[in-house]
Amino acid sequence: MLKAVILIGGPQKGTRFRPLSFEVPKPLFPVAGVPMLQHHIEACSKIPNMKEVLLIGFYQPNEELNRFISSVQQDLKVSVRYLQEYAALGTGGGIYHFRDQILSGSPEAFFVMNADVCSEFPLQDMLNFQKEHGDAHSFIILGTTANRTQSLNYGCIVENDQTSEVLHYVEKPGTFVSDVINCGIYLFTPDIFEHIGAVFQKNQKELMYSYDRTCRVCRDEQSNGWLRAEVIRLEQDIFTTLAGQGKLYVHKTDHFWSQIKSAGSAIYASRLYLNQYHKTHPERLATRRDGGAEIRGNVYIHPTANIDPTAVLGPNVSIGTGVTIGAGVRVRESIVLHGATLQDHSCVLNSIVGWDSTVGKWSRVEGTPSDPNPNDPYAKIDSETLFRDGKLTPSITILGCDVTIPSEVIILNSIVLPHKDLNRSFKNQIIL
Amino acid sequence: MKALILVGGYGTRLRPLTLSVPKPLVEFCNKPILLHQVEALVKAGVRHVILAVSYMSELLEREMRAQEQRLGIKISLSHEKEPLGTAGPLALARELLTDSEEPFFVLNSDVICDFPFEDMLKFHKNHGKEGTIVVTKVEEPSKYGVVVYEAETGRIHRFVEKPQVFVSNKINAGMYIFCPSMLRRIQLRPTSIEKEIFPVMAEEGHLYAMELQGFWMDIGQPKDFLTGMCMYLQSLRQHAPERLRTGPGFLGNVLVDPTAVIGENCTIGPNVTIGAGVVLEDGVRIKRCTVLRGAHVRSHAWLESSIVGWRCSVGQWVRMENVTVLGEDVIVNDELYINGANVLPHKSISDSVPEPRIIM
Repeated sequence: MLKAVILIGGPQKGTRFRPLSFEVPKPLFPVAGVPMLQHHIEACSKIPNMKEVLLIGFYQPNEELNRFISSVQQDLKVSVRYLQEYAALGTGGGIYHFRDQILSGSPEAFFVMNADVCSEFPLQDMLNFQKEHGDAHSFIILGTTANRTQSLNYGCIVENDQTSEVLHYVEKPGTFVSDVINCGIYLFTPDIFEHIGAVFQKNQKELMYSYDRTCRVCRDEQSNGWLRAEVIRLEQDIFTTLAGQGKLYVHKTDHFWSQIKSAGSAIYASRLYLNQYHKTHPERLATRRDGGAEIRGNVYIHPTANIDPTAVLGPNVSIGTGVTIGAGVRVRESIVLHGATLQDHSCVLNSIVGWDSTVGKWSRVEGTPSDPNPNDPYAKIDSETLFRDGKLTPSITILGCDVTIPSEVIILNSIVLPHKDLNRSFKNQIIL
Repeated sequence: MKALILVGGYGTRLRPLTLSVPKPLVEFCNKPILLHQVEALVKAGVRHVILAVSYMSELLEREMRAQEQRLGIKISLSHEKEPLGTAGPLALARELLTDSEEPFFVLNSDVICDFPFEDMLKFHKNHGKEGTIVVTKVEEPSKYGVVVYEAETGRIHRFVEKPQVFVSNKINAGMYIFCPSMLRRIQLRPTSIEKEIFPVMAEEGHLYAMELQGFWMDIGQPKDFLTGMCMYLQSLRQHAPERLRTGPGFLGNVLVDPTAVIGENCTIGPNVTIGAGVVLEDGVRIKRCTVLRGAHVRSHAWLESSIVGWRCSVGQWVRMENVTVLGEDVIVNDELYINGANVLPHKSISDSVPEPRIIM
């Protein structure tokens, strides 16, 4: 019997996803038409013997999450539960804290995945790989190849070419270590908790030694003491120690994979998933129906959207629920979130139009794509910084929720915070 | 009567349009610039027009032959082989200008206004002196040369070039009327009429100023070309409103050639000129633009303050603004953003131009 754990983080994480993360927890942001997490859960539900999917994070219970969980359980017929951490415990601390839940029912193994990755999720491949490598208790990291410069932004894995054992692991090194990077998708056996437990004990001991009961500063810090012992990161604390000990292996994939850290990467991830739909969910791809709008490339349109037949959509477009698209509208490489309205003749390129926003007639909402270099098969999407040399770097244009763009203006490479009513054109700005 | 029009050289300020067509023949509000002036001169009784050119163009010669026929007048070309300044061309055309006692007009070819040629003649004959200059009131006189004159008589006292302190808000409008006798003052060498000839004439009490009523513009560069277009269309609204296009989808002053084809759901205007054979597809929005002959604007495009050259193709959903000028036969691909681009003829644009620049 198998389980899956998805680490969904919490509100302090994912600030690069603002202003979109103001409205909805990032793991629920729609990518290729469905919540980010749903892609993970769909992949899990295809594995035979998958008993349940546990979501671990530190979001407060909220309606969105509850609604998502109940609907995904119904649709995919797999059990899904949310386990809320009392504080951010790190990628290792969270699963350690809930180890009893994870191990209840005695699963032979369980997957652990980060919510903010976009992947083909070759879970069955990882299971097969595990049977062929190491012993019954080995742990598998899913890895992929990155280009040399970009590898410095990820967890780097040095592997034994013959055995695929992980010899060395470094998280975000300063100098080049390896072009094989950590995808944030793991297959563990119950033994993992021994190793995490060992780190936890070590942390506690260190705290004891550095804690002086008579010192007031220490007393103040003590209130955070347990917390600090419990914060454990899989990458820095566990993998670095396990490397070279015959327990950790890497399974390399060259199927699509990307992080989803920023809004720009959500559009890129949408493209990857929309492309995958040809194989997995062809019914989610729109086609031009009689008298319908022109569709170019891969486009997702929710059935409740209202699209004028003279509109032209795609490639790489997702249209959410209840969206209205007027005559002669052009949308390309963009996500239009639910309830938004694009009025006649407007043009939306490389942008995210927020929930219930309106784009006026003939207006142009345009961003700059941050796609990885298409000529480099191992290039990954750049971890964008908002500013470079003091200037805002050109990026995807984001309209937050309930933003109104008047007619005939241009909004270029800008980020508009929710509930703004604009009255003129803007370029290369953050509009508060 | 005769008139001398100072056409000059390559018209470099109106490039890229003047790379394809000599400046006098560039259509302003659907009529070659030169023709606006020539037709007004003919109406005032001029029968012989002399074009002072420093760059000889076959195209110009051929066009002028055609106009001679059409208007029943004589058009000569006076070609300066070396630069003669602003007065020298008059000396070059001396023979043609002095074969009669009648006064003759001199015009700067970039000027557009409600040409007051009949009034000028009356005013000139009235004061009986050697020269009359038309002046016009402007908001920023320090950019030009200003004229200081007596309000009642019009007698000019002096000229001040680009004054730092306010002296007067009347500037030289580039239109004159002279007695043939004033030609004795000019020698055949590079001479500036403003710096060398006028001050002497003013000193001697032989130069008078007539104030122009109505609009005035020097349309020698794209920004001013568009401003002048707005003024001219406004004047049309007052004097010949039937020439403007009205109806659903047309806002403000819009001039449309009868052979142009306009699609559904377009909104055109205010201040737009559409040339012969132009095609505007569905859902196009154009404001404050000139679209020259044969151009094709595809559906849902949005154009403001731009000049679209002859036979250009502007793609679907293009946004063009900020005094973009497309030379002849430029293709702009679909869905691009063109901001203040100056595009040379026969170019294909496949990338957006988010900041103003020249595209060669």
